Amino acid sequence: MNFLDQIWLIPLFPLAGAALMLFFGKLLDPQPPSEVAVAAGVEPVEDEHGHGGGHSHHASAHGHGHDAGHGHGHHSSPTKFLVKLICPGMVLLSFIFSVGAVWQLSGLANRSHQVILYTWLAGMPFHMANGGIATFSADWGFLLDPLSSVMILVVTGIGFLIHVYATGYMDHDTGFYRFFGYFNLFIFFMLMLVLANNYALLFVGWEGVGLCSYLLIGFYFHKKSAGDAGKKAFIVNRVGDAGFILGMLLMLSVLGTVRFTDVNAALRTGHFAVETAGFGVLSAMSLLMFIGATGKSAQVPLYVWLPDAMEGPTPVSALIHAATMVTAGVYMVARSSALFELTPNTSSIVAGVGAFTAILAATIALVQNDIKRVLAYSTVSQLGYMFLALGVGAYWVAVFHLFTHAFFKALLFLCSGSVIHAMGGEQDMRYMGGLKNKIPITHWTMWVGSVAIAGIPGLAGFFSKDEILWQAYSSPKGSQILWFVGLATAALTAFYMWRLMNMTFYGKSRVKAEVEAHIHESPAAMTVPLVLLAIGSVLAGWLGTPKAWTIFSDAWRGFPGWLQPVFASAAAEAAKEGEHSASTEWILMGLSVAIAIIGISLARYFYCIKTEIPGRIQARCKPLHSLLYNKWYVDEIYDFLFVNGLGKGGGRVLGAFDRNIVDGGVNGAGWLTRASARISMWWDTWIVDGAVRFTAFFVKMLSYPVCILQTGRVQAYAFFVVVGVLAFLGYYIAK
Amino acid sequence: MHIGTGHYLALSAALLLIGTVGVLTRRNIVIILMSIELILNAVNINLVAFSHALHNVNGQIFAIFVITDAVAEAAVGLGILIALFRNKETVQADEIDLLKW
Repeated sequence: MNFLDQIWLIPLFPLAGAALMLFFGKLLDPQPPSEVAVAAGVEPVEDEHGHGGGHSHHASAHGHGHDAGHGHGHHSSPTKFLVKLICPGMVLLSFIFSVGAVWQLSGLANRSHQVILYTWLAGMPFHMANGGIATFSADWGFLLDPLSSVMILVVTGIGFLIHVYATGYMDHDTGFYRFFGYFNLFIFFMLMLVLANNYALLFVGWEGVGLCSYLLIGFYFHKKSAGDAGKKAFIVNRVGDAGFILGMLLMLSVLGTVRFTDVNAALRTGHFAVETAGFGVLSAMSLLMFIGATGKSAQVPLYVWLPDAMEGPTPVSALIHAATMVTAGVYMVARSSALFELTPNTSSIVAGVGAFTAILAATIALVQNDIKRVLAYSTVSQLGYMFLALGVGAYWVAVFHLFTHAFFKALLFLCSGSVIHAMGGEQDMRYMGGLKNKIPITHWTMWVGSVAIAGIPGLAGFFSKDEILWQAYSSPKGSQILWFVGLATAALTAFYMWRLMNMTFYGKSRVKAEVEAHIHESPAAMTVPLVLLAIGSVLAGWLGTPKAWTIFSDAWRGFPGWLQPVFASAAAEAAKEGEHSASTEWILMGLSVAIAIIGISLARYFYCIKTEIPGRIQARCKPLHSLLYNKWYVDEIYDFLFVNGLGKGGGRVLGAFDRNIVDGGVNGAGWLTRASARISMWWDTWIVDGAVRFTAFFVKMLSYPVCILQTGRVQAYAFFVVVGVLAFLGYYIAK
Repeated sequence: MHIGTGHYLALSAALLLIGTVGVLTRRNIVIILMSIELILNAVNINLVAFSHALHNVNGQIFAIFVITDAVAEAAVGLGILIALFRNKETVQADEIDLLKW
């Protein structure tokens, strides 16, 4: 079977699943309506149950805390089973097709395969910036090359594991089918994003994943905070998307095409010079693209939505806000590597923003108490690493870190979900501790993930992170400052991750008594993906061992070789890399490992052995702690500047405009009408009415003498009659 | 003494005068109505007197018409008077000046 020509099927499987769930899911939904009240977190109601039987008869509703309403289903209907079968099954099908396609791709000489189904936006001739006429067209087309192959494997592979996990985790939530419908829809859009062969189609996926992210963050829509977080994510992303659209249009006007292969070919012809000095049109283009990436990939200044996105269910955090969607920006920048290579100024900005984001988020993660928030800031920080790598021109390293990070961060999130699950919805680490033996599988898998992210040699995080640090140091675009920031971030990473581990699993239990009794290991549907991801977190890094590790042949450095066709600069970069000796690399590696170990040990000392120290430090450095605890007040600053300042202030300006200009026009027109009406009225009163009144007055004056006679007394009238008769009589007689 | 047409006419004139003065001077509407009857009767005497003098029956027939008319008029007048009394609580002609301008 030729998988390569069928790559368009890969996104269609989840789409079919999503359509099935979203159109017909309601018919399948076995939940009685009363469940809504439970999930709404009215009051956690615990059924009484024995402790012997594990989880199978566990109570229904832990409907409180951040992850409302998860527990173990005590009724499992056949329709629900169908949902559990279809949705992960669709992703599994995609995964199988992806593996097949990638396998066949590796056999191709140029490792690139394009399938164009049809022209989606048909030819519209337009004038380009240089005066030439180009015909715009965008295909419904799919491009499979080493870069997108990595992405589809991550999306479908890890996506499948998280789907399986979610069947256990979401078992008792209302809207089970809705969740899986969105989840499958997300996979579809994400696959469209990474398989698209042009920026326009990529943007379709880009917006689609944003939509799914919004829908899933706001999954518990009856909670205001969840709805707000969804809106925040959507709106903040919109800012970035505006940059992306502008960049895309600029690209269209300069290059006349948005198809990746054509864009890269055009940029690599040598027609465009490297914009070393100044800020040319290409720099503007790449910067606008990067703004798009900062939105989707949660970089400074648009990272603020990601921590709030933790309002969504934990599988969502793992899949969308850690492993896949947030890496879309990294993917997009890597995809535009030809462009970024021509614009070193933008690349410096990318590296700077990445490094700054990495350390900023890491400092915030140091003091957060919500287990998912620590991981969220960790994600922001790790994404910063990726952008640091992109900025210094080490594109393959960024993709490599994306790949390893997808494993261990998905693992960490799923473990935290398992912990939260065990704790019946508790997310505050201050009320955990000593969970190690109560939930052993979760503990060990999370231990693996934490070691991996801390950068201990042999596990995935070490290889990719160390490669980033090495590139930041040695790359011609790198600098020692970037390297140092990265190193400091590595130390902080090790510290906050092991702070999390120690507060959660080790030391004395601080669990509330009523929660303590119910702690239980998660069902197999959740633990099996954890174990698989843990294995991945160990092994994934070996695909890209450091250059200094001569014990492995070049063939073992799988990642750079595999991605070589995509990033043409890799060869040049390798040549430059040679200037720094292998011994330097060993020293740097030793340093970063040492600093990771120091971080881990310090965390252990602070949060397990001498637990009073953090409190003392906190008391002594009160302002610093509150600064970090309140996330550098970035949200407040944004609220002040944009939400209140620009939003409400702008509203005030618009209000003034409305009052003075718009209303002024209306009022002016009204005034004019009134003025002319006054003139009419004056004319009416004095001229028209005047004539009438004058006539009336004249008649009245004339009639006045007659009026005097009209007394209303009958006898007076009779008297006049008599007098008249007599007068006439007298007249006739006298005549 | 022979009572001739001249006497009748004198009586008629006297009645007319009394009636007219009554209509003009009395305030009570009932009396005004009665005065009107006097005027009409003065006319009747006149008619009958001339009918007798000229040997023409037309005058008597007209007198009967006038009597009929007087009855109808008195009935309507009294009806109006009662309605007026119900509204104004008075039968004094000088207190009823609704037709003033």
